[in-house]
Amino acid sequence: MSLWVDQFRPRTLDSLHYHHGLSARLKSLASSGDFPHILFYGPSGAGKKTRITCTLRELFGPGVEKLKIDQRIFLSPSKRKLEINIVQSNFHIEITPSDAGNYDRVVIQELLKEIAQTQQVDLNAKQRFKAVVINEADSLSRDAQAALRRTMEKYMSNMRIILCANSTSKLIAPIKSRCLLMRVAAPNPQEMEEVLNYVAKRAPFTLPPEAAKKIIDDSGGNLRKAILVLEALKMQSPDLSGPLAIAKPDWETYCYKVADLIVSEQSPARVMEVRAKFYELLSHCIPPTVILKTVAERVVEKVDESLKADIMHWAAFYEVRMRLGSKKIYHLEAWVVKVMSLYKHFFYDMDMSSFD
Amino acid sequence: MSFFNLKGASTKTAQKHVVDPALQPWVEKYRPKTIDDVSAQEHTVTVLRKALTSTNLPHMLFYGPPGTGKTSTILALARQLFGPDNFKNRVLELNASDERGIAIVREKIKDFARQTPRAETVSSDGKTYPCPPYKIIILDEADSMTQDAQGALRRIMETYARITRFCLVCNYVTRIIEPLASRCSKFRFTPLDPDSSTSRLTQIAQAEHVDVDSAAIDTLINTSQGDLRRAITYLQSASRLSASTDPPTPIAPVDIQEIAGVVPEAVINDFARTLGIDVEGAMQVDDSAKPKDGSFGSIQKKVKELMREGFSATQILSQLHDLVVHHPTLNGRQKSKCALVFAEADKALCDGADEELWILEVGLRVHKAIS
Ligand SMILES: Nc1ncnc2c1ncn2[C@@H]1O[C@H](COP(=O)(O)OP(=O)(O)O)[C@@H](O)[C@H]1O
Ligand SMILES: [Mg+2]
Repeated sequence: MSLWVDQFRPRTLDSLHYHHGLSARLKSLASSGDFPHILFYGPSGAGKKTRITCTLRELFGPGVEKLKIDQRIFLSPSKRKLEINIVQSNFHIEITPSDAGNYDRVVIQELLKEIAQTQQVDLNAKQRFKAVVINEADSLSRDAQAALRRTMEKYMSNMRIILCANSTSKLIAPIKSRCLLMRVAAPNPQEMEEVLNYVAKRAPFTLPPEAAKKIIDDSGGNLRKAILVLEALKMQSPDLSGPLAIAKPDWETYCYKVADLIVSEQSPARVMEVRAKFYELLSHCIPPTVILKTVAERVVEKVDESLKADIMHWAAFYEVRMRLGSKKIYHLEAWVVKVMSLYKHFFYDMDMSSFD
Repeated sequence: MSFFNLKGASTKTAQKHVVDPALQPWVEKYRPKTIDDVSAQEHTVTVLRKALTSTNLPHMLFYGPPGTGKTSTILALARQLFGPDNFKNRVLELNASDERGIAIVREKIKDFARQTPRAETVSSDGKTYPCPPYKIIILDEADSMTQDAQGALRRIMETYARITRFCLVCNYVTRIIEPLASRCSKFRFTPLDPDSSTSRLTQIAQAEHVDVDSAAIDTLINTSQGDLRRAITYLQSASRLSASTDPPTPIAPVDIQEIAGVVPEAVINDFARTLGIDVEGAMQVDDSAKPKDGSFGSIQKKVKELMREGFSATQILSQLHDLVVHHPTLNGRQKSKCALVFAEADKALCDGADEELWILEVGLRVHKAIS
């Protein structure tokens, strides 16, 4: 029994629910015989992956859905063996560069060369080229991007590249200028409601509009999250009536607690307490940036308007340092100390002024 | 031995590269064939034309921003010197980005230089080519070579000086070590002026039977900022999209902006207005429930909206920068404060910082700077 997000995922361009303009463009590009390299970008849960799968199906027919997973071995420049799982059909192949760690360039180069130099063998294939889908393209190293850049021009005749990324900021200009850019924005509330109603109809049950609204407000434009929440809620209270409590993920509740700790007391002892909680979150593999953002946004909700900008300023400041540094906890903690000090000063200054 | 390897490899790749002309990227299809075909760059072309008649070439260093015709010019010049038949065995093109250490480059150059130049001057296309008795080695993207590699290259240049001419191509001339640079005649390539770009783009559009009006051409030029490669690529993408709709629609400026990843002006103006900047003609959304402009809440909300739309942070930053810098009423002090934030944010984004945090930071500090 698969989850609703998978079970009711549209499989063809025609059945996609929103951004109809984009779907129409993809459809005609797929049939034009002049299909370019494409870069899909947009926030998580906006439907990029679904759109890519539908496009592949439009290009190659249902055969692309027959996936197999191969384990492949690559040699790093220092002759270390890298074992990597590759998802592929007869018509396309999918790579997630982060699987290859520091050696993404080797893997990309090898795989692409291999694909580029083999012609499509299936005589019934609808296209002469194979498609290469690169997930999380924004995590490609500079080296790998440079390697990609030449391949994209050289092997245009039997290969097309489809990149999927959250943002274009981390891709080098020569790659961007070789792709057709497709921005996939998050669906707006009406569009999300449409999708949720569709899922409900297929499930089937009726979705009260208040419940839909609540789920949508909570989702921040992430459709995957919204459908997951819908399914969870439906399990909890089958008729979805009355006040619904959307359960926050544990880590989020935990982050809120951290924020409360920071706002309620500012002392060295409290810093130690907060540190223990950060360690706990980190050990559960919650990305440090997510921790910092979630705690900061919560703290900001609870403090005076005049402090908000400074708190976010230091969050931005320590987040980038955290990326460049090696010990995440140092920077998380530095931010906490900074915020506590700001907060204390704020009250101290206020007390002083009341003596005037 | 390695001589055969090299030759074997190059013929093999040559076969692999036959691309159906209909599917060929236009930047390749419309690469200038002769140096007279190169737009703008008059000075360079004049000097090279003289060199062509005397057939005596110095070592050369081409530098300038991307997409200004550097690679095209040297390729065209080489083709005019040697003709199509001899091009392969007289010209070696090395890309520094596929350089795997100077050792390999040195091997390649050695092998290549060792072959004796021998050629018929009357080519299979019936034309006569000067075919001077030397070879040309093109080192494209030379500024990405390490200092050591450049040092080694200098010795190679001396060793084979009699039978080779080098052409180094790069974006930043300052990244080429002095002893190497001083051995070359330098040619500066400048960003293409709008007139040259316009005529080139119009020419291509005509050859491909694409309808573009002057507004679309202007947008192409604005979004590509003197980089003709980008302008041509955008034109090809736009014409693909417009031809793929049913019925075909003419290319509109907004299509080009979308392809180039440009944030629509209305969106940037609206963001600027939220930050408290006066923008003429910004859409006035009448929403009384919304927090007052300039409050933390309103800026945070706007930033979240921008992120949901999927716009890239670097693009937002660059457009907001332009808006602030060219703003008619903000004073110098305010603009300077904003400039500081933009610089910090650019660095942070390059270091991989979180986009939402930094666009918010930019928003908050710009707001503070101007109020
Ligand atoms: N001055 C120019 N005249 C004509 N076409 C140009 C010129 N500069 C660039 N182009 C076009 O842009 C493409 C890229 O140019 P190229 O010479 O490779 O630029 P770079 O300076 O980066 O080496 C060429 O294929 C050509 O179509
Ligand atoms: Mg070049």
